Amino acid sequence: MSYEAVIGLEVHAQLLTDSKIFCNCSTKFGSNPNSQVCPICLGMPGVLPKLNKRVVEFAVMLGLATNCRINKSSLFARKNYFYPDLPKGYQISQYELPICENGYIIIKVKGEEKRIGITRIHMEEDAGKLIHEGGASLVDLNRTGTPLLEIVSEPDLRTAEEAVAYLKELRQILLYLGICDGNMEEGSFRCDANVSVRKAGETRFGTKAELKNINSFRFIQRAIEYEIERQIDLIESGGRVVQETRLFDSSKGITISMRGKEEAHDYRYFPDPDLMPVSFDEGFVEEIKAKLPEIPYDKRRRFINEYNLPEYDVEIITTDRDIADFFEETARLFNNPKTISNFIMTEILKELNEKKIGIRDTKITASLLAKLLTLLNENKINTNGARAILPKVMESGRDPESFIEELGLAQISNEDEILKMIDEVLKENQKELQEYLSGKDKLFAFFVGQVMKKSRGKANPKLLNELIKKRLDELASK
Amino acid sequence: MELKDLSLSKISELLDKKETTSREITEVFLKKIEEMDKKTNAFITVCYERAVDMADTADKRRAKGERGRFLGVPIAVKDNICTEDIKTTCASKILHNFIPPYSATVVEKLLQKGAVILGKTNMDEFAMGSSNETSYFGPVRNPWDLERIPGGSSGGSAVSVAGLESPASLGSDTGGSIRQPASLCGVVGLKPTYGRVSRFGLIAFGSSLDQIGPLTRNVRDCALLLEEIAGYDEKDSTSLPVEVPQYSSLLTGNIKGLKLGVPKEYFIEGMEEGVTKRIKEAIEVFKSLGAEIVDISLPHTDYGIAVYYLIATAEASSNLARFDGVKYGYRAEGLKDLKEMYIKTKKEGFGEEVKRRIMLGTFSLASGYYDAYYNRASKVRTLIKRDFEKAFEKVDAIICPTSPTTAFKLGEKTGDPIKMYLSDVFTINVNLAGVPAISIPCGFDEKNLPVGIQIIGDYLKEADIMNIAHAYEKAVSGFRFSPFI
Repeated sequence: MSYEAVIGLEVHAQLLTDSKIFCNCSTKFGSNPNSQVCPICLGMPGVLPKLNKRVVEFAVMLGLATNCRINKSSLFARKNYFYPDLPKGYQISQYELPICENGYIIIKVKGEEKRIGITRIHMEEDAGKLIHEGGASLVDLNRTGTPLLEIVSEPDLRTAEEAVAYLKELRQILLYLGICDGNMEEGSFRCDANVSVRKAGETRFGTKAELKNINSFRFIQRAIEYEIERQIDLIESGGRVVQETRLFDSSKGITISMRGKEEAHDYRYFPDPDLMPVSFDEGFVEEIKAKLPEIPYDKRRRFINEYNLPEYDVEIITTDRDIADFFEETARLFNNPKTISNFIMTEILKELNEKKIGIRDTKITASLLAKLLTLLNENKINTNGARAILPKVMESGRDPESFIEELGLAQISNEDEILKMIDEVLKENQKELQEYLSGKDKLFAFFVGQVMKKSRGKANPKLLNELIKKRLDELASK
Repeated sequence: MELKDLSLSKISELLDKKETTSREITEVFLKKIEEMDKKTNAFITVCYERAVDMADTADKRRAKGERGRFLGVPIAVKDNICTEDIKTTCASKILHNFIPPYSATVVEKLLQKGAVILGKTNMDEFAMGSSNETSYFGPVRNPWDLERIPGGSSGGSAVSVAGLESPASLGSDTGGSIRQPASLCGVVGLKPTYGRVSRFGLIAFGSSLDQIGPLTRNVRDCALLLEEIAGYDEKDSTSLPVEVPQYSSLLTGNIKGLKLGVPKEYFIEGMEEGVTKRIKEAIEVFKSLGAEIVDISLPHTDYGIAVYYLIATAEASSNLARFDGVKYGYRAEGLKDLKEMYIKTKKEGFGEEVKRRIMLGTFSLASGYYDAYYNRASKVRTLIKRDFEKAFEKVDAIICPTSPTTAFKLGEKTGDPIKMYLSDVFTINVNLAGVPAISIPCGFDEKNLPVGIQIIGDYLKEADIMNIAHAYEKAVSGFRFSPFI
């Protein structure tokens, strides 16, 4: 019997606003416990929330980027439950009327595009944190009131791979919009997964389990895969899946029951009487729309069409919006997109990853990269030279040409000079030469390597190849 | 200098003329509090030293030539309105030790003007009650008859005025909590339009109903105090961004040709004869002043109490969740785990009536009941609102009794919550609709207890209802606002 999994995801994205959603406290991560709090986010008696308008802007941005309907009037609601990290005893969230509804994003898995529905996006406040230490539980409320967007998908996902593709796409959109840093380790991009299975052909949904707070793509993949397998095994062995919340144990790679349906909270949602409906006009939406950056999906399609790049390249150079922009700016100055994307993929990204920085943290500009690639193109340096110059330019922002002399990288394109080195190499390697002449063609590369070594990497490779070929042919025909 | 003469306007006049000092006036009131409060228990906290310091500061400012209606004028504040560095308890054990690090916006405004805070007045715990008997700090007694209740929940605020312990006070009104005690104590009390006065710093009971308002000796003082505390506050999203008129300058006393509606639903069975009589007399006075009396109907009146006790308690159940022993206030002792901390803290920290309302509200919001209770109540609330809107298409204001009875005896209704809830039958719908209303004294019943008449206005028509009240007050030359005059 074959089974199909049905997966829906709930993502919580922390927003990059300077201040919290209902007060002026900072949202900075990692400060001393309870140093970023005020009577409002502490939920002291008599205080009232005041909505941060940036949060509304960010929500509309994401709504537009994910093809949602934007509700010009939406409501805040209270979600009531007790926990020490929730100072008011309720979380201000949206329930009946969220700010965005009915959107979708397009993912690509195994070469196939698939549209994944977004049920809703709503604004809410984050809770604080509990720290358990030396038998005591301590409360840190710095995070309390940090703005979140909760993005709820339709149950359109069928495999763990699709789920991860959806999350990656969503995360990339958030990064492109610049409204979330996407940091999963620090919890600024968190995911819960609703997973159920059903027999192939069945149209009704099976009973779902909710997997809570899984903090990496790899774990999400493993958690969902495990859960699907667990549910299928359960059904196959005559059991029944129960509706419950499960936690993923990353060390064991399994999910564990946390609480059942009977213990599920009744959150007693109701409209928050302290906040007016969030209302805005079409002009507000239009203004945001006008400022909206191109979303990753559109950018990728455009790059493929406009620059004629392979999908693989596009995938990589559009991962980061800054890199994609950098590529485009360079492409305007240097008319060989493939060379640029190659260089970015092999050299620039390597540098950035090693140093764990972004392109904007370096001093290289599109025009500097264009110059560097032109030097390479005009054979004034070779690839090794470019590789040596790149970090210098990134660090200093100086003209790449100025490093040629300094690093002694000028390419040798003088035929006589190269021929002299070829002759020396052939003379020093008589045995190999004889073998080559008696038919061991493979040794051609050996001679190239030896000459290159002699030139300390500076010989113009193209010229070198031609000249060796010519010299060997001469010797052979003798 | 006699306490009975020290109304708000009189005090500022005396101070302006330099006939006395803020310190002198403040000390006179503090002395009265010391003497009276043994009997009335109107205050939870009296700021003996701080008030004198504040008075001295005001006197210094005046000595430098500064002037202001409230500069050096003492006032009492209900104990659910936060006052920086002054204990704010909500008359609850759970907040018995709570000292806020901030002041409510209304307090902030008065402090900036140089007002002197005499102390924090007693109330029903978390403003939940109509008799001021639910206070953790003991009941407040009515100065007109110490065996009787003063009304609630702003009982202490009303008594502080009627007992000459303060010239005026601030109260809060969720379902009648300013007007009903004002009526039962023979003073003036006004509940502003919802959103007219900032709620920031008012410890919430029913957030969509709560408003802070003045309790005073006469209508002019009420206008003076309201114009000081009203206005948009960016800290309160529900406050209205509307200019505040200078109410005190709009008291012309002329109400000729105004149409005053008398709703038939507000003369019910169970109303005391003494109240009915005084209200009928008052209606005659309005006629004599040239107002036209119009019979009207507010057809959904009867649903008010049911709707109120679903909505107010639902909001309260959520508002009071924060009192959990984690961050401030009372925390139970000898706890083995978190759950026990929650349960014991709330069990020991809240009084019976508060617990009753939290449970009622929790139930009204519970999944499976929400539609039948909270949601249904919200819809009926809209109908009640519409009743008023329709009425105000025909009339300029509505007049009716404030309370069906005069002050009753302590303990008389504590055993029967429903009976107690009926004390608010004439005031509750005003909060549900969000319109403003004022209660002013209109005489005494056969037991010589004060009776109040309520004047209800359309949204933001505080000036109108105060002017109508002022015209009446003038016509009857005012009733005694205190048994001590």
